[in-house]
Amino acid sequence: MFESTSLNERNRKKQSLVKIFFLMMTVLLILPVMIILGVLIYKGGPVLSFEFLFEMPTKNGAAGGILPALVGTVWLVTVALIASVPLGVAAALYLSEYAPDNWFTRAINLAIINLAGVPSIVHALFGVGAFVLFFEFGTSILAASLTLAVMTLPVVIVATRESLQAVPQSFREACWNMGATRWQTIRRVVLPNSVSGILTGVILEVSRTAGETAPIMFTGAAAILPFLPESVYDQTMAMSLHLFVVSTQVPNMPEGIPYGVALVLIGMVLTMNAVSIGFRTWLRGRKKW
Amino acid sequence: MDSPAATVTSDFAIQTDKLSLWYGSFQALFDVDLQIKQGIITSLIGPSGCGKSTFLRSINRINERLGYVRTTGRIEVLGHDIYAPDVELVQVRKQVGMVFQRPNPLPISIRDNVLFGYGIHNKGPKPSKEDQDRVVEDALKTVLLWDQVKDRLRHKGTSLSLEEQQKLCIARLLPVKPTVLLMDEPCSALDPKGTEAVEELIWQLRGEYTIVIVTHNMAQARRASEECIFMLLGEVIEHEPTEDMFVTPKQQQTADYIEGRYG
Repeated sequence: MFESTSLNERNRKKQSLVKIFFLMMTVLLILPVMIILGVLIYKGGPVLSFEFLFEMPTKNGAAGGILPALVGTVWLVTVALIASVPLGVAAALYLSEYAPDNWFTRAINLAIINLAGVPSIVHALFGVGAFVLFFEFGTSILAASLTLAVMTLPVVIVATRESLQAVPQSFREACWNMGATRWQTIRRVVLPNSVSGILTGVILEVSRTAGETAPIMFTGAAAILPFLPESVYDQTMAMSLHLFVVSTQVPNMPEGIPYGVALVLIGMVLTMNAVSIGFRTWLRGRKKW
Repeated sequence: MDSPAATVTSDFAIQTDKLSLWYGSFQALFDVDLQIKQGIITSLIGPSGCGKSTFLRSINRINERLGYVRTTGRIEVLGHDIYAPDVELVQVRKQVGMVFQRPNPLPISIRDNVLFGYGIHNKGPKPSKEDQDRVVEDALKTVLLWDQVKDRLRHKGTSLSLEEQQKLCIARLLPVKPTVLLMDEPCSALDPKGTEAVEELIWQLRGEYTIVIVTHNMAQARRASEECIFMLLGEVIEHEPTEDMFVTPKQQQTADYIEGRYG
């Protein structure tokens, strides 16, 4: 009565084939990442040294270190975050907690989606027009960071809004019914319960900001500038642009250097992510602030 | 409405006059005229969709959160029109607390749950820790929860059993000294033992608070309320002392519903 039939046999074969197919696809997905990291470590690893990280470049980057690019990227990311996170979180709070559902809100949402879809080179030209020329910041860290901030704003807004909306409605109702105002509800219940999601958005933004090249090329980053920026009005080197320069613009470049720069850039992004994730875990543990 | 007890001007805690309510173009309440006595438990019964929850939610104006709700008529709480233009919503909510079908404690400690409303409405300087301790103890004792939780006040409110969560949800309303407690099927997520415990608690709270409780459970309405309102399709059919309604209903529709001919 319960013996297997030829149909069972066939289904079982099909089942295992499908499983193997999906497994292979998943492996294919990891493969490029492993190869990229492997090649970078293999070829760029030998270049890394204390001097490489902490000295000024010489011979257009063909010798010396990458310190100004490293410091420059930290400047760019920090200023971009200072500009975009408060703005993005505030906008998301409005859209999620206050905005009525009408044509105006829908138009804003549409604009955000479109903003996320604008190619980065277009943001670069916008940055030149708006921040470099119109506001007369010149080619500077400020102009470049603001351009990056505009570019990453949609990511922050969407991530924040989603994590706000993940807070159960019953929490809000509970507060409102005790006579809490919207702001009290947000401050005491909604934000503490969504802060880890908001930070995830910020982490995504950090990675993207550190890696973008186009938006900063025309707005504030210089190819080779062997001194450290002193204020947001200075030009600066940046890791992403430096990678582009040493890979394509300088003749007789020693083979290891571009790989070394790429390795440091990836290392930086991963470190920043790790720190943010650590911070997020810590906040989650406290859950009260 | 700062000192509620002093400004009571009628025997009725809640009075409505030709209250009608629309969700968009759908009319959910038709000319509801009700007088709910102070200090007793009144239950609202009726089949699903008859407007009993809608009515309940109008009394603390929580319905307004939905932008497409339109209300006409009057609702008076303790003799004051709560839809009057100079009414402060926060003060209405302070007087009229609400308990929901699913217990919804906040994901903070038990102690902080009880102190949440208290903190919001506290005008003066931050109360001392002793004051807070006393408030927490009083509220939790009133809802018969103190003995179970007194050693774990720092635990999350959400870690309690459903019955305890529901008691906590009642407890957190008490420190702001409301006069009316609205309960929207407060026991329907609980097991029979939990239901019994919460009913017992509600029974003990009467007198001090005016309680309006929506229920699907006929036996519960009969055991745990003093007056009973039967609603059907957005209209009030009958409003009688509970015992009279269950023994000698005046309207045929009430009799049919109570005997389970429709539900």
